[in-house]
Amino acid sequence: MSLTRSLVEDPYGFLRRTGVILLTASIFLGVVSRPASAADADPAEQRHWSYRPIVRPEVPPAAGGAWARNAVDLFVHRRLVREGIVPSPVAGRETLIRRVTLDLIGLPPTPREVMAFIKDKRPGAYQRVVDRLLASPHYGERWARPWLDVAHYADSDGYLTDQLRPVAWRFRHWVVEALNGDMPFDRFTIEQLAGDLLPEATIQQKIATGFLRQTLSNREGGADVEEFRVMQVKDRVATVGTVWLGSTVGCSACHDHKFDPITQREFYELYAFFNSADEVNIDAPLPGELGPYRDKRPEYDRRRRELIAPRSVEIEKLQRRWEQRLLEANANPGQDYRWDRRWEILGLIWRQGLGEGQLEGQEIVKLVPARRSQWQREQLFEYFLRFGADIDSKRFSELGLSQIKSGIDALNRELPRLSRAATVRETQNPRKSFFLNRGVYNDRGPVVRPDTPGFLPPIGKPLRRNRLALARWLVSRDNPLTARVIVNRAWQEFFGRGLVMTSEDFGIQGERPSHPDLLDWLAARFMDRGWSTKWLHRQIVCSAVYRQSSHVRPELRDRDPDNRLLARQSSLRLTAEAIRDSALAASGLLSRSLGGPSVRPPQSASTVMGGFGKSGWKVSERDGRYRRALYIFIKRATPFPQLATFDAPNARDSCTHRERSNTPLQALTLLNDPLFFEASRALAQRAVREIDGGTDKRIDHVFRICTARLPGDLERRELADSHRRLVAVLRRDPGAVAKLVPEKIEGLDPVEVGAWTGVCSVVLNLHEFITRD
Amino acid sequence: MTAEELLAIQGRRRFLRDGTCGIGTVALSGLLAEDGLVAGVTGESDTFLPREPHHAATARNVIFLNMSGGPSQLDLFDPKPRLQQLHRKPVPASFLAGLNDPVIKAGATVMATPRTFSRYGECGMEFSDRLPHLAGHADDLCMLRGMVTDTANHHPGQLLLNCGTPMFGHPSMGAWVSYGLGSESRNMPAFVVLTSYSKPASLVGPSLWTNGFLSSSYRGVAFRSKGEPILHLENPAGVSEMFQRVRVDTVRRLNALRLKQTRDHEISSRIASYELAYRMQAEAPDLLDFSDESAATLEMYGLNDETTRWYGTNCLLARRMIERGVRFVQLFHSDWDHHLDLDKLLKVDCRMTDRPAAALLTDLKQRGLLDDTLVVWGGEFGRTPMNEVRRGNSPGHQGRDHHPFGFTMLMAGGGVRGGQVVGGTDELGYHAVEDRVHIHDLQATILHCLGLDHTRLTYRHQGRDFRLTDVGGNVVEKVLA
Repeated sequence: MSLTRSLVEDPYGFLRRTGVILLTASIFLGVVSRPASAADADPAEQRHWSYRPIVRPEVPPAAGGAWARNAVDLFVHRRLVREGIVPSPVAGRETLIRRVTLDLIGLPPTPREVMAFIKDKRPGAYQRVVDRLLASPHYGERWARPWLDVAHYADSDGYLTDQLRPVAWRFRHWVVEALNGDMPFDRFTIEQLAGDLLPEATIQQKIATGFLRQTLSNREGGADVEEFRVMQVKDRVATVGTVWLGSTVGCSACHDHKFDPITQREFYELYAFFNSADEVNIDAPLPGELGPYRDKRPEYDRRRRELIAPRSVEIEKLQRRWEQRLLEANANPGQDYRWDRRWEILGLIWRQGLGEGQLEGQEIVKLVPARRSQWQREQLFEYFLRFGADIDSKRFSELGLSQIKSGIDALNRELPRLSRAATVRETQNPRKSFFLNRGVYNDRGPVVRPDTPGFLPPIGKPLRRNRLALARWLVSRDNPLTARVIVNRAWQEFFGRGLVMTSEDFGIQGERPSHPDLLDWLAARFMDRGWSTKWLHRQIVCSAVYRQSSHVRPELRDRDPDNRLLARQSSLRLTAEAIRDSALAASGLLSRSLGGPSVRPPQSASTVMGGFGKSGWKVSERDGRYRRALYIFIKRATPFPQLATFDAPNARDSCTHRERSNTPLQALTLLNDPLFFEASRALAQRAVREIDGGTDKRIDHVFRICTARLPGDLERRELADSHRRLVAVLRRDPGAVAKLVPEKIEGLDPVEVGAWTGVCSVVLNLHEFITRD
Repeated sequence: MTAEELLAIQGRRRFLRDGTCGIGTVALSGLLAEDGLVAGVTGESDTFLPREPHHAATARNVIFLNMSGGPSQLDLFDPKPRLQQLHRKPVPASFLAGLNDPVIKAGATVMATPRTFSRYGECGMEFSDRLPHLAGHADDLCMLRGMVTDTANHHPGQLLLNCGTPMFGHPSMGAWVSYGLGSESRNMPAFVVLTSYSKPASLVGPSLWTNGFLSSSYRGVAFRSKGEPILHLENPAGVSEMFQRVRVDTVRRLNALRLKQTRDHEISSRIASYELAYRMQAEAPDLLDFSDESAATLEMYGLNDETTRWYGTNCLLARRMIERGVRFVQLFHSDWDHHLDLDKLLKVDCRMTDRPAAALLTDLKQRGLLDDTLVVWGGEFGRTPMNEVRRGNSPGHQGRDHHPFGFTMLMAGGGVRGGQVVGGTDELGYHAVEDRVHIHDLQATILHCLGLDHTRLTYRHQGRDFRLTDVGGNVVEKVLA
């Protein structure tokens, strides 16, 4: 049969035969190690790229001369070679130390650190800087922020009443410490999703579950508590889906996913893992609290018993009646609206404003008294004393319950406090999980049991299918998504965008990775290296790719507008927090103390009025005004404008990637916001005091503080000229000087300080200052 | 005379406004072009320089009253007597044939509107009694009853309406328009966003006024919804006009030098945003100060009434903005997502917005501004003819679900022929059956009124030309005057 004839008459047969021939030939020649047709037979290869197992790719052979510094570079370089592009040269040392310092600790380097790096001619100078930064306690503060973004951390409930959560910070502090200690990411995961279920769980491990306490709470009258509980559970599922699986799992709450292989049923099987978790706060004493508390507690218990003792049996009987009535209302709504309402209120206002679990009161009432803890008994009793008179007001006063309440209040005021923390715990009143038709909270379909989605490896046969099993499954070596997703988000922080641009979506609708091998290599090594985040960060920042100049290359503008090929670094506008922190650091105002409750720096009167009404925004004392922005109190309904203007997310749901906008409102903030102007003045005083003599020397000093480099001649001339003009302006206007420099400083000419305030504010307004190049 | 001396004599506001010779009005592009910076480096002139449209425009400005959440067309604009007959009965199977959409809930029954409809104006356009004020403008309004969209989810639906695609990260309409036409104002942003809420949790966010892949200068500038609309308009204590000018001048010069060194495009946006900020400082207090408005105007917009004050303030601001050359003003009102208690909640949102929106039309008309201002009223989708009962079966709490297959929007002014209804739905209000207008058609029409051809307003990104209307959109000729 001739070639032509066979092709016409039996095309498939022909191709099959020739395919075999080609295949045989290629194996013979050793050209193709794994033929394409074999791959087609492997179902794993048919799957969407991110659902395939992570197999560590071979590192490409060294090439490109001395450019590559580690394996990361070889992957990037291979692609650049293919495209015929040469990488950019390494950035200058000033740029480099500013870049890596901002990226690793979120603060600019000091002039001394810059000079030390420039002068360090020994090999390994850069690695030494990286080591110092990774060991800095500010590393945890910097890296806590993106994690809190995905957790959507806040210090208030959200919704209309937006009650405060004064203990929320305990979780934030846990994150900072975990990052500083380089807690392996698998453990980091397990503790946050299921710390309470670990054997002999410590208080710290329970505090970690605060991750699951970042859902919003609606305490507005009329809200159906079950509806909002269901919303919280759904949010937990959606958040875990986004944060670990890079999947828009939340879409499946109402219907099968339109694009990804996750069904609505699978959503509710994931939901079932979280549906049995209750919000409870625990005693989590800070150092120094436990001793005084323990000293006073026996006395407190004795006096409390004495208050109740004479009538304790009757009181308990009345309280039981009250509880019974509430439970009836819950079981049969619609019979008596007043008791319906009382049951609802118990669920709405329980310990509100303290950041406690909203539904805990109802859960305690549902428990038979014998199963209640001492804390639960006491709290419910105190609630009963406040709101229980409705059951029988005559009996209530006969028993003197109002007086008992005053007595207990007085005792409580005397008892030394133990700090508390927001956690979750498996419920004591097990509830079934249902498939919810169209996601409607009370439109229940069949019962569902906890399970993981079918498109991912099975969860296996854990002892119990609970959150702990789920958390372990998320970080198992077989899970194809977690490590890829986490590594990608780290990459995004160092380059502005991930290897997968859609860091929140690794599904069918998401973008494919620009460098799939590099992503998989990093993911595999990350796991091999014990999920060490610091190893991962070091690997990235020590690469030549990372160290390249960020200067735009006009010849690549059309070919690679988004810099996907990584032929240079990117200039990135700093985050809202880093902008504020940098201004405070440059001015010397920054308080570098670590941890503790959230702070309330001053903000404009109209914001306070708009969002806080009478409750007000009690401005923190001196140190609290200048803490790092990480510590600023996040009120969901009234975001701190300075941060919101620079794209801080709204804490409503998980945010994996912030916007980087550029608006006139940002200019107005940097020019006129009192905080930034105060920073300019402090920097001016610093410059005038620290540098004797010439204008140019002072300019150089200020420029070095703010940008790590010295100004060029033209830049210096511009600044000197502005100084000269500002001095002239102020000499003619003593009234303005008095306002600009309200406090006289010994030995400093107010006109000089005023003019330098202007010069310094210019530098703090430069694009370069709010950008990391 | 130096710039400083001139400034001292004239004061900033006059200085900025007077002619084209003052330093404040010297275009940024001019200053930088002198240094060979912007034009030479980025190949782009001032991002906001007014540009020629593709064809003669009938509208210079757009005020888009974005009613987020999906207002119910069946209780406001599209009377369906058949619903009364089928009330509480299942939807006839003929309407559901061939549909496969998560919106359809098996077992949902038809819900008649509790509202009454009447005819208004010479044209006899029907409105329900929930919008008596807007109805008074029947003869100015073009009612599009055959709207359709692609999605029944809020965020994708909002993205489609505002950005032309349900995907995240594409430029919004206001950004496209600013990019296409530049700005008429050197003192205000070309694209401003105002928000108001009837519920604490909002359905809108910055992704709806993003610049997407266009220059970040084109991003919508969102005024704050509470307190001062713009923070930090005042100079810090002791900073005189001259002091401020020196600061802003020096920042610009240094940023321009940096642009030359790094060729980072973002720096030109930064320079533009500083220039604009400086000018807004002069212009915005005047914009926000309503003392030059008559008592009758304030009353008309409902500024004396707690219920209407928020939206009324936004509407009045919108008029004052277009008077000052703002090209695209978008008022988001959130939200109309009335899944339950529809009748009660619809009343709340109507009362907040009806009178102010109507006042805006009246006011624009009186001032002769309606002729070249296009006003659009509508949300991302409509609501189902069926009821949706979520909390028990208590009568009186019914609501409607999201509905993408047929809903209503309104247009007026700027080249639109008022007093007509375009399009219609079937007897149940389920499907648009006559003169269907897809969201992309609406966008094409809006751009057409502004003198832009939606197929030619493109931007090359990642090797492909993108446009607001993606691969769809036809100008709806019937709408045009």
